[in-house]
Amino acid sequence: MRHAFRLFWTGWIFNLKNLTLSGFFMLNAAILPIFYATIAYYMFRAGTRSGSLLYVSLGAGMMGIWSSVLFGSGGLIQWQRWQGTLEYVIGAPTRLIFVLLPMTIATASIGLYSLATTLAWGWLIFGLPLDLVHPVWFVIALPAAIFALGLLGLVLASTFVLLRNANSLSNLLEYPVWLVTGLLVALSLLPGWTRPISYVLAPTWGIRGMREAALGGDPAIPVAICLGLGLVYLVIGHFTLGYFEVRARRSATLALR
Amino acid sequence: MNAVRIFFIGGYLAYRALFNWIHWSMYVPTMLGGPIFQILFFAYIGRFAGLQSDEFFVIGNAVAISSLGGIFGMAMTIGGERWTQTLSSILVTPANRLALFLGRALPNLVNGVIVSTVGFIFGWLLLDFSLTAAEIPVIALIVVVTSFSCTAFGTMIGAFGLRGRDIFFFANLMIFVFLLFCGVNIPIDTLPDWMQAVSKVLPLTHGIDAARQVADGASLGDVSGLVWTELGIGLFYAVLAYALLRLFEVEGRRRASLETI
Repeated sequence: MRHAFRLFWTGWIFNLKNLTLSGFFMLNAAILPIFYATIAYYMFRAGTRSGSLLYVSLGAGMMGIWSSVLFGSGGLIQWQRWQGTLEYVIGAPTRLIFVLLPMTIATASIGLYSLATTLAWGWLIFGLPLDLVHPVWFVIALPAAIFALGLLGLVLASTFVLLRNANSLSNLLEYPVWLVTGLLVALSLLPGWTRPISYVLAPTWGIRGMREAALGGDPAIPVAICLGLGLVYLVIGHFTLGYFEVRARRSATLALR
Repeated sequence: MNAVRIFFIGGYLAYRALFNWIHWSMYVPTMLGGPIFQILFFAYIGRFAGLQSDEFFVIGNAVAISSLGGIFGMAMTIGGERWTQTLSSILVTPANRLALFLGRALPNLVNGVIVSTVGFIFGWLLLDFSLTAAEIPVIALIVVVTSFSCTAFGTMIGAFGLRGRDIFFFANLMIFVFLLFCGVNIPIDTLPDWMQAVSKVLPLTHGIDAARQVADGASLGDVSGLVWTELGIGLFYAVLAYALLRLFEVEGRRRASLETI
C-alpha cells in the first residue's frame, strides 16, 4: 500500500512538472481558458440573461481541465509509444494501472492552471468577486472534480489507444463535451436525449459541485456523484487497460505505431 | 508557363505529400466534426445568454471556420517542409517564389471553403437557420474572399515558421484571437474600443459582417464595400507574407538555419 502511494506521488509530481514544461499543454491549460472566459463573459454581458461572472469563470476553467484530460490522457499511451517508453512502462514489475494513473491524474491536475488563470483574469480585468458561499465545500469539490476527470482520463487512455486515429477523436470531442456537460449552458436547454450522456460524464457533476459550493446550493450530492463516477471509471479503466496490455503482448504490437 | 505549372501541379503535389496523413477518418472528425460542434456550442450559449438568433452564430462560426484550413494548413505547409527536411531542396531551385508559395496556399483556401460550406449545411440542418436561394451565391463569394484573407494571414504565420520553432502554438492562439475579436460570437459594437480597432485590421471581421447583412436581405451591391475591404486585408497580408518569406529565406541561407528544427 505504502509502495503504491509512493509510486502515485512520485509519478504525479514528475508528470506534473513534465507537462508544465510543454508549451502545448500550457497553451491549452493556461492561455486558451482566458479566451474562453473572455468570449463567454462578453456574450453574457451583451445578452439579456445576467449571468454571474463567477459562473462563467468556473465553466471556462472546467473547459480547460477537460481539454487537458482529453488531449493529455487520450494520447497518453500513444505518446509513450512514440517516445519509446511504452515497453519500459509495461515491462516494469509494477502493475500498469499504477504507472498510468498518476499520469492521467496529472493531466487533470494541469487543468488547475485553467481555473487559476480564469479566476485571476476575471478578478484582475473584470472585477470578478471571489466570494465563495461554501469555501470549505469548494476546497472539497475541486479535487473531487480533478480526481474524477483524471480517472475518466484513464478510460480515455486505455480505449483511445485501440483506435487508429485517436487524435482526431480528441479533436472531435472537445466542443460536444463542453456543451453536453453544461459548462456554459444550462442542461435544460439541450435536447432530452443528451441527458443520459451528461449524467455519465464527470465534468457535469464536477462543475455542478463547484458552482453550488461557490454560488450557493447543496454541493454534497454532485460531489458524491462525481467521486462515485470516478470509481466506476477506475473499474472500467482497469479492464480496458488489461485488455490493451494482453492484446499488445499477444500480437507483439506494443511498439508499433 | 513554368510558374503556372509550379502553381497548380507543384501546389497540388506539395499538398498531397505534406498532408498524406489526412485520411477521411482523420479529416471528418477534425476538420468537419469539430467545427460543426463549435457552431452548436456557441449557438446554445447564445440561446442561454439571450444574446442573438441562431442565424448570428451559424453565420459567424461557419465563416470563421474557413480560417482553420488557412491558418493551420499554411502553418503546417511551411512548417511541414521544414520538418520533412524538404525546405532546402525547394528553396535551392530557381522556381518563382510567388507561384511556389501561392500554389501551396490554394489547396488550403479550397479546404477552408469546404469546411465553411459543411458548417452552413449543418447549421441549416440542426439549428434555426436558413438562406434563400438568391443569398447562397453571394454568401459563397464572401466565404471564398474570407477564406483567401485567412489563408493569406496563415501564410504570414507560416512565414515565421522559417525562423521560429513553435509556429503551431501561435497558429492555435490566432484561431482564438479571431473568435474573440472578429465578431464571430460577440457583436463588435459591444466590445471595448481598442478591441473594435483591432478587429478592423484582422481577416474575417468584414466578411462575417457582410455575410450577416446578406442573410438579412442585403444585396451584393449593398455589402460590396465590406467585401472589398476583406479582399484588401487579404491582399495586404498576402504581400506581407511574401515579403517575410523572402526575408526569412535570405536570412535562413545566411545563417544556415533553414532546416534547424
